[in-house]
Amino acid sequence: MTALSALIRRDIRIALRVGGGALIGVLFFLTVVVLMPFAVGPDLALLSRLGPAILWLGALLASLLTLDRLFMADHEDGSLDLITMSRTPLELACAAKALAHWLAAGLPLIVATPVLGLLLNLDMVATGAVALTLLAGTPALTFTGMIGAALAVTLHRGGLLMAVLVLPLSIPVLIFGVAASQAVIVGPMTFGAPFSILCALSLVSLVVGPFAAAASLRHGLD
Amino acid sequence: MRLSGHGLRCVRGGREVFAGLEFAAASGEALAVTGRNGSGKTSLLRLIAGLLVPAAGTIALEGGDAELTVPEQCHYLGHRDALKPALSVAENLAFWADFLGGERSDAAESLAKVGLDHATHLPAGFLSAGQRRRLSLARLLAVHRPVWLLDEPTNALDVTGQDMFSGLMREHLGGGGMIIAATHAPLGIDSRELRIGGTA
Repeated sequence: MTALSALIRRDIRIALRVGGGALIGVLFFLTVVVLMPFAVGPDLALLSRLGPAILWLGALLASLLTLDRLFMADHEDGSLDLITMSRTPLELACAAKALAHWLAAGLPLIVATPVLGLLLNLDMVATGAVALTLLAGTPALTFTGMIGAALAVTLHRGGLLMAVLVLPLSIPVLIFGVAASQAVIVGPMTFGAPFSILCALSLVSLVVGPFAAAASLRHGLD
Repeated sequence: MRLSGHGLRCVRGGREVFAGLEFAAASGEALAVTGRNGSGKTSLLRLIAGLLVPAAGTIALEGGDAELTVPEQCHYLGHRDALKPALSVAENLAFWADFLGGERSDAAESLAKVGLDHATHLPAGFLSAGQRRRLSLARLLAVHRPVWLLDEPTNALDVTGQDMFSGLMREHLGGGGMIIAATHAPLGIDSRELRIGGTA
């Protein structure tokens, strides 16, 4: 337990320090959402209809942006060797790293959502719904993205491969995340059904992600 | 305690690095692995550390902790220092001590032994190559492991650093530990030579 909490604390600390990845994701998210009203034009009704989709797309791309470094940095400085050798199971270490990444890079996105909702003409209820779906859905993005990050280390290929591998896996999360938010704003579906599926996707990836990432890292030992 | 390998064969990138390699080391013994560049010194250390899978052969540690695998009872000091430039010297060491777990010694004392006690709050990014190496050596002291796997351990160390490190290795061997070091330079301690790949 000490080992895992030490790993989580270290990763969060690095992400929050100068040069860490936490701020980059939020800034990217901010940029995408702020630019969107200028691109779409001053049609408020259209903007509020597109709002949830824009916020979700922004969050998805922002979390992918920093995710490819998840194992790469540890691989480059040799930390990954020691993590692999240690008495902590590699699966748990992977889960701890993903959790730390979500806390440092995923949570700030959700905190920023209410502010950005204003720019997209979303009311309080709609913004709340989007923030709630992001809270339930972003763990799925991080934990499936982790598989791609592990493969990127194994195959010695950087960001592009990771995007190609991870994007198809994140499409279901995007579909149900936006569907649940739209259900609150325009109806006529119920919020419960797509939201439950979103939660289920997160729970499945929470279990599958660490095992798949650890298997990939072990297979790529070199 | 006795660490031994039998009939080890290592293949990397489709090329056989070595085959039929035998070695053994007992408590308090140091093994200096020598050989020309590319003969497989690092590969041997990584095989023992579980970071490479042998194509054939076995590695066993007799008299160790039966609950643990061989890599879990080893310290591995590779070419790369496993340090995070954003974290301070003390934070880097504290992380590895917490993460690796097991029997621990005082972190401040370990830093003092490697001569870094004056720089504990300095971010590791500001350290020189020799200081980074000293900080990695402090990791070997902060957490106890019976087997030390060292890959060119004295790289970047100055003369006093090398003397300091010889002292630390002697202390480790005196406490019943084992050292397997891949090296070109003499280690400064009594060691047995394991030559890979014939004469250079």
